[in-house]
Amino acid sequence: MKRRLFLLIPLVLFVVLAVFLYRGLALDPSARDSSLLGQSFPSFTLSTLEDPERQVDESLLEGEVTLVNVWGEWCPTCKQEMPQLLALEKRGIRLVGVDYKDTREKGHEFLEKFGNPFEINVFDPEGTLGFDLGVYGAPETFLVDAEGIIRYHHTGYITPEDIEQTIMPEVEKWRAD
Amino acid sequence: MACRLIQALALLLCLSWSATTLAAIEVREFDSALQKQRYDSLNGSLRCPKCENQAIGDSESPIAGDMRERVYQLLQDGRSDIEIQNYMTERFGDFVLYNPRLTGRTWLLWGLPAGLVLLGAIVIGFIVRVRRRASNHALSAAERERLDALVNRERTQ
Repeated sequence: MKRRLFLLIPLVLFVVLAVFLYRGLALDPSARDSSLLGQSFPSFTLSTLEDPERQVDESLLEGEVTLVNVWGEWCPTCKQEMPQLLALEKRGIRLVGVDYKDTREKGHEFLEKFGNPFEINVFDPEGTLGFDLGVYGAPETFLVDAEGIIRYHHTGYITPEDIEQTIMPEVEKWRAD
Repeated sequence: MACRLIQALALLLCLSWSATTLAAIEVREFDSALQKQRYDSLNGSLRCPKCENQAIGDSESPIAGDMRERVYQLLQDGRSDIEIQNYMTERFGDFVLYNPRLTGRTWLLWGLPAGLVLLGAIVIGFIVRVRRRASNHALSAAERERLDALVNRERTQ
């Protein structure tokens, strides 16, 4: 009888492996946490899209929970995302844009065409701020708390469902803090 | 006419292809052959965050180009390989390392192969012991003698 039980070992190993691999099927390979979570927003000094003369830095993000959205005119998904960002702005959330690897003309064109939910847009033509944020594609969105610490990172498109399911709860959570 | 058209299209294709390959070539000057070697090896060991499984040295995605540029600048600044890898993981996470570090999250990854080898050794040891004991206890001295006698009798017949 005891010997018989040993024969079940391969089956048990197979089941364990199968469960692991089955779970793996449902995982999103491109989803991963930002390594900046819990850290201060990287320091930067860049001009704004609105005014080439005006320099801003990371202190821009202090004092209020802010969503920082990295976008670019060249990015088709950013265009699809704009209605959601406009809706978030209507609900009283402060949004700051980072115009990533873009030209001023194209950036202005984009905002005129698709709306401007941003209080201000940081102009990042070389992608230096984007690099320090670990941005590898647009759109990406960072939630920064009132102390200027990154609390949540959303890679890619924000769907209308995401607003209710993740963005709003996260904002409320860090506002209450 | 159709032949001409095909020729023209082929030429156009060749031209556009050579244009894209030209765009992918980056000209960099290195202080030494060693620095060039370090640059190449770093490019091979850092993974492009945008691509599922490609080193930044193999990828044409814009972020891979930015990372190669940054690797080059940091090498010029005299940073060590470890410092450059740290610089990248601080921004893009452990994902960019093809050889992940041993941390709380990766101990299973590094430990599992060693654990399986150990398990295999234990299982083999167990089997060997069981077999040896079985062969020792299979025949008593008297039985062995009788077996020898039987075998020998057969031989002599």
